[in-house]
Amino acid sequence: MITPELRRAEAANNFEELKALKEQGYNVLVDITAVDYSAHPRSAIVQRFDVVYQVMKLDPATGQDGGRVEVHCAVGEAPVLRSVMSVWPGADWLEREVWDMFGVGFVDRPTIKRLLMYEEFVGHPLRKDYPIAKRQPLIGPESGELADSPSFNVVRPTIKYD
Amino acid sequence: MGPAHPAMHGVVRLILELEGEKIVHTDVEIGYLHRAFEKHAEAETWNNVIPWTDRLNYVSPLINNVGYALAVEKLAGITIPERGQYLRVIASEISRVTDHLTCIGASAMELGAFTAFLYLIKAREYLYQLVDQLTGARITTSYTRVGGVKADMPEDFAEKCKTVFRQVREAVVDTDKLLTKNRIFMDRVDGTGAMSKEDALAYGITGPFLRSTGVPYDVRRAHPYLVYDRFDFEVPVGTKGDNFDRYLCRFAEIEQSLRIVEQCFVQMPKGKHSLEPKEMKDAFEYQDEGKHGDTALLAKYKAKVDQTLQGGQRGDRPDVLTQDPIFVMPAKEDAYGSIEGLMNHFELVMWSWGIKIPAGEAYSAVEGGNGELGFHVVSDGSDRPYRVRCRPPCLYIMAALPQLLKGSWVADVIPTFGSVNMIAGELDR
Amino acid sequence: MPIDDYVPAGVIATQLEAAMAWGRKYSLFNYPFVTACCGMEYMSVAASHYDLDRFGAVFPRFSPRQSDVLMVVGTISHKIAPVLRRIYDQMASPKWVVAFGVCTCTGGFYNNYSTVQGIDTILPVDLYIPGCPPRPEMVIQGMTMLQEKIQKQAGKNR
Repeated sequence: MITPELRRAEAANNFEELKALKEQGYNVLVDITAVDYSAHPRSAIVQRFDVVYQVMKLDPATGQDGGRVEVHCAVGEAPVLRSVMSVWPGADWLEREVWDMFGVGFVDRPTIKRLLMYEEFVGHPLRKDYPIAKRQPLIGPESGELADSPSFNVVRPTIKYD
Repeated sequence: MGPAHPAMHGVVRLILELEGEKIVHTDVEIGYLHRAFEKHAEAETWNNVIPWTDRLNYVSPLINNVGYALAVEKLAGITIPERGQYLRVIASEISRVTDHLTCIGASAMELGAFTAFLYLIKAREYLYQLVDQLTGARITTSYTRVGGVKADMPEDFAEKCKTVFRQVREAVVDTDKLLTKNRIFMDRVDGTGAMSKEDALAYGITGPFLRSTGVPYDVRRAHPYLVYDRFDFEVPVGTKGDNFDRYLCRFAEIEQSLRIVEQCFVQMPKGKHSLEPKEMKDAFEYQDEGKHGDTALLAKYKAKVDQTLQGGQRGDRPDVLTQDPIFVMPAKEDAYGSIEGLMNHFELVMWSWGIKIPAGEAYSAVEGGNGELGFHVVSDGSDRPYRVRCRPPCLYIMAALPQLLKGSWVADVIPTFGSVNMIAGELDR
Repeated sequence: MPIDDYVPAGVIATQLEAAMAWGRKYSLFNYPFVTACCGMEYMSVAASHYDLDRFGAVFPRFSPRQSDVLMVVGTISHKIAPVLRRIYDQMASPKWVVAFGVCTCTGGFYNNYSTVQGIDTILPVDLYIPGCPPRPEMVIQGMTMLQEKIQKQAGKNR
């Protein structure tokens, strides 16, 4: 059973906390993710986003898991955290995904780009206020593409879902 | 190498910066199959998310089902009956075999070994037929439920597995003879795409990739879940971390998975019916009496149905699905025959009622085909997940791909990319 | 008197277009645009158990300029839709499009911000094979239907 030890960190010093963990031997960054608590009924929530880092101490010789730590950083609406790319290079894509899906920015790293969505997409889809079926098509109907552009072919009208 | 390159691996875009034929820098662009799994998981009830998890790593769908169900059960604090656990292990291991067969088959085909591909896909076809008999579908199985599995396995499943495993082993041996000592294959695959232990750990890579570099980390050994601590199996470990080691690791893991399933059949507790034969009537008889309005008979007997048709409700086989009424629907006889059953059924299907998982968050990981497949589940106490995060094992490997390809030839991209076993469904979710 | 009475045995008399259609339908070169889970069923159909070779359609031509059937297999997201359209444009007439899997027919159960709700919003589709994923037998039935369609299109401008 995986039972990570839970810790909280302030947004201002998440980098120091995580770097300290790396120095203590937590050599594998398991995951970085975020949760948007704006629709949660819990009243004790102060900040909107909770960025969760999970690190693991893996012994390369025996392959045994020496313990995991989960670090929670609460960040607010205009969130900016220090990137941990210099500590674990695998953090690059994970931070890009958190930016793409939630809009939590990271500094101290090369310019953050979207990972899963295309650059023309406006908004951060996994936030609670982004409707699930709001499409922003690049081509086809509703994309603003001209109807007489070559090879444009609409066979049936699109059905609107609310 | 644009998103639509010769099929079989999915959609990903590699922008290679070349100096002659040598790769100087790679840029990997993913997200071409983003299907909003995590967003849909927030809109569906706890059990309804399971079909969405099928489509994550679609070559080993049962492992995703099991991973998600384990995470939810960890949050709810329930353990499933023992036979259900063995069934989940059987399903996971068969899925793992299909994953490795597909990976090796597809990469062999890209290197020109079309025969190897046909042999392995034939073996995979037999396994799909097995999965079809066990779960009802070949690929998108949705076999697990919160609290257990959908239904028991067919009566003669063990014998069928024995025949099929013999055929799979033959196909694997044939392919082994064709590929492993093949000069052409080894020239392309040996020594290419090498990565060191430290780099792999720094990127967070797990699974056959990490094991080929020499670190024997397997979630089934490090954090045994279900009943994996009762089996005797080896974890193949490589040395050099190149494509050839990964290929050998996967091949060896096929054999180990088949061993695990065989041990399951030996160790599994017998599926027992909870009723005596005199308390059961054949389903058609039961239905006929019901049509005549004989409710007394409906309350007295229970219908005898095939054990693969339970469908995720409490029934006569309490050993595959937990019998807790909070999580599992009542048997149809109770739902139609008693007021408590009816109320239980209503409370589980009515909008905004349903299975309520206590508020909190939990992380649970299983060993997927590519590595540690983790599910981080956050609940707010309602009938829908608040947030489901899938930790995709191949994301880390793809993030390390630029490092892996730096300094190699363009022709090495094909075997390297094949051995990475990128599954776009899992990568982009 | 039908012309068959005047020609020696072993010679078939037919229209030129019908013969061309016969040739086209039995030598389909497909471009499998595989994205997702349906790709696994596509591999099963193309492999030895459920053979696509009996339709002459086994060998996928991995260049759109050399193929006639574009098989769109698997979910199409909005990110890859322009790429799909470009591939369709690169194919030479006569060309047909097969929507393999329900994600390409109508979007499947992926009614979300990133999935195209049916590729017939961006391409003209000739054959719809629903299923998630479709069983190989369904695919084979679909291919036979496509062949009938090609035969019926003999003589029409394609």
